[in-house]
Amino acid sequence: MKKQIAVIGLEMHCELISNSKVFSSAKNEYNETPNSNIVPLDLALPGTLPVVNKKCVGDALKMSMILNCKMPEYMYFDRKNYYYPDLPKGYQITQMTEPVGIDGEIEIEVDEKLIPVKIHDIHLEEDTANLDHYFDTTTIDYNRAGVPLLELVTEPAFHSASEAVAFIEHIINIYRYTGISDADTKRGQVRCDVNVSIMDEDATEFGTKVEVKGVNSISGVFDTINYEIKRQTELKSQGKYNEVEQETRRWDEEKQITIRMRSKVDAIDYKYFVEPNIPKFKIDANWIEDLKKSIPRLHLERKYDYINNYGLSNYDAGVLVKDINIANYFEECLELNIDAKMAANWITTQILGYINKAEISINDLFFTPKRLADLINLINKGTISSKQAKDIFMKVIENKKEVMEFVSKDNAQISDSEELTKIIDSIIGNNPDNVEAYKNGKTNLFDFFVGQVMKETKGKANPVLTKEILNKKLN
Amino acid sequence: MLEKSITEIHEALKSGSTTSKELIIESIKKSHEVQDKYNAFVTICDEAKETEVTEELVSGIPFGVKDNYSTKDVLTTGSSNALKNYVPIYTATVVENLFNKGAVMVNKTVLDEFAMGGTGTTGHTGAVLNPWDRTRMCAGSSAGSACAVASGVYPYALGSDTGDSIRKPAAYCGIVGYKPTYGMLSRYGLFPFASSLDHAGVLTRSVEDAAIVVDAMKGIDSNDMTSWDSSEIKLSSSLTDSVQNKKLFYIKELCDINNYTNPSEELKTHLKNFHDTLNLCRDLGMEVCEESVDQKILNAIDSVYTVISCAEATSNLSNLTGIIFGPRSDAQNVQDMMREHRTKGFSPLIKRRLVIGSYVLQSENQDRYFRNAQKLRRLIVNIMKDFFAKYDGLILPVGDGPAPLINDANDKLDLKMSALNSHLDIGNFGGFPSITIPNGFVNGLPVGINITGNCYKDANVLSIAYSLESKMSFKGQIAKERM
Repeated sequence: MKKQIAVIGLEMHCELISNSKVFSSAKNEYNETPNSNIVPLDLALPGTLPVVNKKCVGDALKMSMILNCKMPEYMYFDRKNYYYPDLPKGYQITQMTEPVGIDGEIEIEVDEKLIPVKIHDIHLEEDTANLDHYFDTTTIDYNRAGVPLLELVTEPAFHSASEAVAFIEHIINIYRYTGISDADTKRGQVRCDVNVSIMDEDATEFGTKVEVKGVNSISGVFDTINYEIKRQTELKSQGKYNEVEQETRRWDEEKQITIRMRSKVDAIDYKYFVEPNIPKFKIDANWIEDLKKSIPRLHLERKYDYINNYGLSNYDAGVLVKDINIANYFEECLELNIDAKMAANWITTQILGYINKAEISINDLFFTPKRLADLINLINKGTISSKQAKDIFMKVIENKKEVMEFVSKDNAQISDSEELTKIIDSIIGNNPDNVEAYKNGKTNLFDFFVGQVMKETKGKANPVLTKEILNKKLN
Repeated sequence: MLEKSITEIHEALKSGSTTSKELIIESIKKSHEVQDKYNAFVTICDEAKETEVTEELVSGIPFGVKDNYSTKDVLTTGSSNALKNYVPIYTATVVENLFNKGAVMVNKTVLDEFAMGGTGTTGHTGAVLNPWDRTRMCAGSSAGSACAVASGVYPYALGSDTGDSIRKPAAYCGIVGYKPTYGMLSRYGLFPFASSLDHAGVLTRSVEDAAIVVDAMKGIDSNDMTSWDSSEIKLSSSLTDSVQNKKLFYIKELCDINNYTNPSEELKTHLKNFHDTLNLCRDLGMEVCEESVDQKILNAIDSVYTVISCAEATSNLSNLTGIIFGPRSDAQNVQDMMREHRTKGFSPLIKRRLVIGSYVLQSENQDRYFRNAQKLRRLIVNIMKDFFAKYDGLILPVGDGPAPLINDANDKLDLKMSALNSHLDIGNFGGFPSITIPNGFVNGLPVGINITGNCYKDANVLSIAYSLESKMSFKGQIAKERM
């Protein structure tokens, strides 16, 4: 058998952050009490009508811009009709005719290399209710019904599980940077359908596409792809490639296998048509401008900025840009003229170490970039050692006080005898007359010498040590 | 007193010659009589309470609501077994607006199941009989509302209109039926049939009452994105009978008796009566012109309507599974539950429409049926808009004569007759304001004419109807059973 290449496409659904649901006024927030975040529309009570949440449309447009998609002139929605108990209306309001973005492309980084990924489309739609299956019953929780979802569909753009996963992580990062979604996989906010086929290395046509639906974790996507590549390749190598059907399968997390759901022949005809209750509306150019301005600098751009312009390693830059708040913290440090490498070093070790342990956000950290700047200045001036700086870092956080407070009371004391000896030697050398007088019995001059040392060190000399050294030198 | 107009009743209430309580009691009593004779109601609200009489014209006065408007705590069935026990938890915006002005709902009126029908005979509680002749239909789907208003139960009742469901029964019952421009009245809480064609509206015994009620119901609604701000429009105060120089047109192909082979005597009288009404328009100083529309397009109206309305209906009614509301089946799995609910809940007529809707939406059929119908809808609307650039309104006879016998409900019509019976759909295709008023009798049964104008020109359309009404003697008429 010839060498095989895998061809992989993704459909990535992500729940958006918003006050209310995408077409109803019910709250969009996680609630443990079933059926508490609902209004009549979420139950599809007869006569209810959808009302579009403008914030969600704005976020969808932003995402479309980030993915370099073409945007439609008019915004409108379609109905996707099918019967399922998690779909109260019997149709899902989605975008089929004019998605919020089509034909996009975005670069992602895989193994420190940039690769372009073509985007088929991105569209705004509503989530379904949540079904909980028990032994002999199923309960329905409509809290999730109508939660805004963005579905991002890639072209068959990937050739390995790690490329696909890198893409998902990249997109999750964008969602979090922009504040469009928390993209919390643990809470089921990101769900993927994965399309996998294999083909001979030199073939020009794709092989038979298998769709695996409802993969709810990043590791699940990784395992699904590898499982499907292996399954399809094995069948092909046994001369049984015709057993690879164009079909829909699902990923069984427990058994770590994909299971057939239905063949393409039984595919549902969704009978799409334009949602008549939402008048189509023109997307205002000023709105687009405002949305564009609200998009922050994204992680990959920042990462290469840090590497190329500030000399950081790919690893360190990668750590800094993982979270926009950390990247922002770093950039504030740069604005305060802290050396980039030093700032990066402090953030990736001390600061991340502390906030991870304390389980707080860097935004809530008392040790602000300004305080870090104070601390690093002291290190640079030699006022304190790096070791002392680490102590001060903790003391500042524990006591919620300024860096300087710990410098004057504690650490600023010069308790290093070598350093003090140098200072004392120079004072003795500069005052031969007084040394002579002291040695001739004018012992009260001892306090003069102590005074000189304090003057020289701006009061920071450890007095006990100073007296000790002076005693040695003068007697 | 209930047979009078809203302003007359309001003045009586203000002067103290009657009270809201008396009116409500009288209306409920009348409802039971009408129910016994014509089967017009799904629910009679025996517990309805009087309200304070205020400056609002509708305050203290009883009214009826078609049983496809959601009314909180009051059974709302859509006249279907699928919702025979459904008690809503919220009230439709237009009904709420009337409540807020002190109007009192005294009954819920029978319709064709889910408003999908034109006979008034397909509701789950049985056929509504015509108050002028019990062997005849009221037409539908707002059959109960038309019957009750014509019978003098109250001065007005709400209807809904997807093809002609207000305007046809109004004609057959000898009263006024008005659906304003699409979006002037909120559809929130109106059970959907075909959302792009559905209009809320009202049945009354005078044009002025229609204007008063719509004034009280209208307003932009944050729950309906297709509603618009009409706060600048005051329909009742813009009514005028100075309509000199207004221009009307009618469609030759529909109104010329020579266009029909072997016309019935009824059709001949109906069209003659129509042309007499045109002369009244001319007497009022209006210009009335004949225009021609391709017969092929006229013949296609009914198919366009069927394809689009059934397609939207099949989707709109997909929420009826018995899972969340409506009678739930005992079947062991969810697919069987939904199937059983829908099999038992819908009459064969509804099933037929849902199958048609499903068929025309299937991906292999969409271009041929659904998209073609939408194109033709657009074409028809454009033809009308071109006319409305020149004319204030389209005036046409409603139907091919008076109400048919109930036993003839399923008779097939030839294509040209079909065009005469389906032209009211044009008002729904374009969302145009459209009003039917009575214009005489054929064989002792009432017939009507319809005036339709361009979008947002409601006041103009109503003034034309208002001035014409004043030239005729049918304003405020109450049905008298024909011997």
